[in-house]
Amino acid sequence: MNQIPEVIRTVPLEYYLYFSSALFVIGIIGVLTRRNAIVIFMCVELMLNAVNILLAAFSAYRSDPTGQVFVFFIMAVAAAEVCVGLAIIVMIYRNLRSTDVQLLNHLKW
Amino acid sequence: MQEIVMPFDKQEMALLCLLIPLLPFIGFAINGLGNRKLPKGLVGLLGCGTVLASFLIAVYLFMDFTSGGSRPYTVSIYDWISVGRLQIGFSFLIDQLTLFMLLMVTGIGFLIHVYSAGYMSHDENYGKFFAYLNLFMFSMLLLVMGSNYVMMFVGWEGVGLCSYLLIGFWNKNTNYNNAAKKAFVMNRIGDLGFLLGIFLIFITFGSVSYPEVFASAAQTPGLNGSTVMISITLLLFVGAMGKSAQIPLFTWLPDAMAGPTPVSALIHAATMVTAGIYMVVRSNVLFIMAPTTLEFIAVIGLATALLAATIGLAQNDIKKVLAYSTVSQLGYMFLALGVMAFSSSLFHVLTHAFFKALLFLGAGSVIHAMSNEQDIRNMGGLRKALPITFLTFLIGTLAISGIPPFAGFFSKDELLAHVFMHSKVMWFFGLLASFMTSFYMFRLLFLTFFGSFRGTEAQRHHLHESPAVMTIPLIVLAILATFGGFLGIPAVFGADHFIGNYLSPLYTYAKGINATPFEPIHLSHETEYLLMGISVAVAVVAIIIAYVMYVKKNTVPAPEDARLAPAHNLVYHKYYIDELYNALIVRPLMWMSGAFHRFVDVVLVDGVVNGVGKFVMLSGRTLRYAQSGAIGFYLMVMVFSIVLILFLNFFIG
Repeated sequence: MNQIPEVIRTVPLEYYLYFSSALFVIGIIGVLTRRNAIVIFMCVELMLNAVNILLAAFSAYRSDPTGQVFVFFIMAVAAAEVCVGLAIIVMIYRNLRSTDVQLLNHLKW
Repeated sequence: MQEIVMPFDKQEMALLCLLIPLLPFIGFAINGLGNRKLPKGLVGLLGCGTVLASFLIAVYLFMDFTSGGSRPYTVSIYDWISVGRLQIGFSFLIDQLTLFMLLMVTGIGFLIHVYSAGYMSHDENYGKFFAYLNLFMFSMLLLVMGSNYVMMFVGWEGVGLCSYLLIGFWNKNTNYNNAAKKAFVMNRIGDLGFLLGIFLIFITFGSVSYPEVFASAAQTPGLNGSTVMISITLLLFVGAMGKSAQIPLFTWLPDAMAGPTPVSALIHAATMVTAGIYMVVRSNVLFIMAPTTLEFIAVIGLATALLAATIGLAQNDIKKVLAYSTVSQLGYMFLALGVMAFSSSLFHVLTHAFFKALLFLGAGSVIHAMSNEQDIRNMGGLRKALPITFLTFLIGTLAISGIPPFAGFFSKDELLAHVFMHSKVMWFFGLLASFMTSFYMFRLLFLTFFGSFRGTEAQRHHLHESPAVMTIPLIVLAILATFGGFLGIPAVFGADHFIGNYLSPLYTYAKGINATPFEPIHLSHETEYLLMGISVAVAVVAIIIAYVMYVKKNTVPAPEDARLAPAHNLVYHKYYIDELYNALIVRPLMWMSGAFHRFVDVVLVDGVVNGVGKFVMLSGRTLRYAQSGAIGFYLMVMVFSIVLILFLNFFIG
């Protein structure tokens, strides 16, 4: 069985760059345009994973394991974040019977 | 070159020496903390007992000192300040002068403490009063016992503080508080001079401890009459001017009579105000090297003696008369210092302490009997109601007037003889002041104790002799005022001058520089008898005039609103000196303070401080609209900001 870095290197590096840029921009647009808190949340995850892909690709191409380690850290942080974030969303839903972020405008001035 | 005699170290006396100032301090701490909680009897016992113990220790030290061959010694307790060249030890110097002052301060202090126990018995702040008195004793003892100028300064400031606290003791009265502030501020002016003098001493001699400074001054003949010596002594004398109420810093002392009468007796007559004289005598080596300063001191002393005596002629407040007489007598003492009669000056300090404390306490007894009336126009005929007070007051008055054989005669006569040798003109003016002193003191006596009672009916019913706790100190002081003069019987009567002989080792260095002033009075016996005769005659004439005016003719000083002859008016209003100071110094200072307040403080300082606050408030009020509460907006701002940062980072960084 081939080594995983070798598998990754079967695709040219530029493609990874195009792909994760596209994924990241989709995430940003999703965060900016959607109103449902859960969808916004998913878009944030999308951005994080776009970065993960890029890190893994560079790590393989440069034969440097640091990037992969970084990926694991990001995954762990994302998992923790999801945990807290979803809990907040549940609480929002209980209070507002909705997850629309535009209704959350009481904290001002 | 001078032979140097350094005081030796006598460490075994450390505990006793330390106890002398420490005991009153313990009394202060207990009475001060237990004010209104401790029973009055205990407070009085503590207050008087600690001072009595100090007195007894001082007596023991004196015995030990004289039996040990009268050799001065130092006792060091610990190193207090040690910075580079500056070494200041917390140590005591025990010599003739220290013991002299110690015995006087603790002895008279004890009597006045006892008297206070009776005089203040109706006051609710009895504990506070005794605490302050004890603190005063502590500071005064530190002042006279310290072995360097810095310790003297600590005591000097301490007595100033206590003077302030006690003048304003009845602090519900604004006038009294103002009097206290006046005393404090005027003393600060003098203290600044004293402090600068100490700095200059340190710069010149590299030390502030008495033995070292005096030895090095005596060993440097080049300093004799030099500018630096004149500067040092003048600065020290400025300090003495403030503390001992000399022109131009004397106006606080008459106002200081706002305090309770025992305070006037202890602080503003017998002890604190003589600190200036103590300082000059202590530094006699330095002063003898600055003849210019001495001449200046003599002139100031004489001017003060005359000025205060003339003001005393027209005052109607029993304590004010005594206050001006104190200022006048202090002027005398400085006159004596100026003509280098140091021992005579100290002798007068001692006798003055006896008779002036007696007079003040007598006045206190009168005020007590008259239910706090102080105006002699409302007294009269108190002789029968207050026999003991009258008799003791009479002795005090005779003593201050210089009638033999009372104490004042010997000291004043010796003093005037020295002045006579120095300058005939000064002697004449001194005699004039002495004439006025006898006149106003007997005016006071006659108006208070003779004639008919002029007070209200209620006061007449209340008249009573003071309790024994007040009369016994009066009697003791009267005995001292009668016989105290025998400590210094002049050689012309064929006796040893005890005080003069006892104090003479103090001037060993000074004699090496200028021996003339320390030789015995070399007047012929006829001249000396003549001088005595003249001064007694002058006093007797003054008494007769006072008798004719106030007993035979029954003159009563004009009431407050009467029109007075111009000269009388001028003297009655104390030459308008207070008004002059107000116009020349107080008003401009007040105006400047007001101007600084309006422009610097309100506009500049407050402007900056409030401006910063206003700016923060304003920007906060404006920027808060950015926090709209719309999450979508926040997210957008965040994204665009990150993009902007990346953008800037890419193109600029």
